[in-house]
Amino acid sequence: MISKRIIPCLDICDGCVVKGINFSNLQIIDDPVSLAHFYNENGADELVFYDITASFEQRTLFYEVLIRTAQEIFIPLTVGGNIRTLEDFDHVLKFGADKVSINTGAIYNPDFIESAARKYGSQCVVLSMDVKRVDGHFRVFQKGGREDTGLDALDWAAYGAEHGAGELVVNSIDTDGVKNGFDLELLSKVCNRVDIPVIASGGAGNMEHFAQLFQKIPGVDAGLAASIFHRREVDIPLLKVFLRDRGIEMRIDNGTAASACIR
Amino acid sequence: MLAIIDYGVGNLFSLSSALDYLGVLHTVTDQPDEIDQADRIILPGVGAFGDAMTHLSERDLIRVLVNQVVRGKPLLGICLGMQMLFERSFEFGEHVGLCFLTGSVVPLRESIPDHFKVPHIGWNRLKFIRQDDPFLQFTQEGDYVYYVHSYYVRDCADSMTAGSDYGTFIPGVVHKDNLFGTQFHPEKSGTVGLRILQAFCSFPI
Repeated sequence: MISKRIIPCLDICDGCVVKGINFSNLQIIDDPVSLAHFYNENGADELVFYDITASFEQRTLFYEVLIRTAQEIFIPLTVGGNIRTLEDFDHVLKFGADKVSINTGAIYNPDFIESAARKYGSQCVVLSMDVKRVDGHFRVFQKGGREDTGLDALDWAAYGAEHGAGELVVNSIDTDGVKNGFDLELLSKVCNRVDIPVIASGGAGNMEHFAQLFQKIPGVDAGLAASIFHRREVDIPLLKVFLRDRGIEMRIDNGTAASACIR
Repeated sequence: MLAIIDYGVGNLFSLSSALDYLGVLHTVTDQPDEIDQADRIILPGVGAFGDAMTHLSERDLIRVLVNQVVRGKPLLGICLGMQMLFERSFEFGEHVGLCFLTGSVVPLRESIPDHFKVPHIGWNRLKFIRQDDPFLQFTQEGDYVYYVHSYYVRDCADSMTAGSDYGTFIPGVVHKDNLFGTQFHPEKSGTVGLRILQAFCSFPI
């Protein structure tokens, strides 16, 4: 059987890794290339690079970081942020991405999901959605979680899956940064609606939260987090042993120590 | 020199980076003379089977590959590249493959229970069918490799040397004479994957 995946997410701005609380108050954390390298050696099952820059100049810097990272890490790398056209897809794939995450670009142009899947294959297209409760309903938000699109999150997830998205990242704005655990109610509803892999994001504060996630919602394939990994509050190798001891299948690479002998 | 066949589909960046990391000299090419001069060949691939065969054919690369394989040159197919080594595929119609190995490519969906998601995406453990395969000399049974696919090869018992469970048994590694294949992506499978590429690159010519 396939293992559950543990995925650190690196939000990158001006060539640095940043992470805020509730989508604001950005704090600079680390050099992305060295952080990616650290995760590659320490059990991450894949990495997400998210470009949160706005200007063209900064975009070029992001590409430089991406290419330097992709040259030396050999686990899957997903890239997102500012992906609005097939040309954007071309760029990040050329610079080393394996999968491309689309969010606002798909909200503006829902046909984008299908056209990207036709050109690059579903395995390459990750639909990422930021979700928040509004009057008891789950709604899709855009612009970094500031603006309600009015879209129903469960309908949007189903639309994405039907139109060629290969994976779904579900980020709960309500639980993001709070470190009180994943949004199990939301994730459970999404998993009941779609049959593509679901990646849970937002709210992990400790190892127990990952155990709850995988034990209570078997349909979730991966847990994604940022600051708790970047600040070493949760150590990925220890987390994976913790989860495996609780009966959750984890990839524990016994070859890391021997990787030096390959060169 | 190793030649990675570039026939206009897929992303060759990771594969090329992995070979750089291993110190393997290589070129990314669709030129018959460069492929002819190479001492081993990798056929990568993502996307649809029929399209990929058409791209190979348009570049006159089917004839080139057949010549190289007949001469005994080691050839590694990765993911769709592995599937193309077989006789036929039923992905969007029926398509003829390179016919180097016996077996057919069929949809996963029809062979596995409903609660298994398709595509098969993620890290899965290898089970060895043949313990003595030199292609697996640096790999251990139970090592995890990274799969992304919706179709798989069936009826390939004479070349299958390892695979993984996912509702059915998925052939993950094939090897017969100078022909090698992995359904998973060794260039995305961490240290385990690098070792599999290294084993291919150290197979005697």
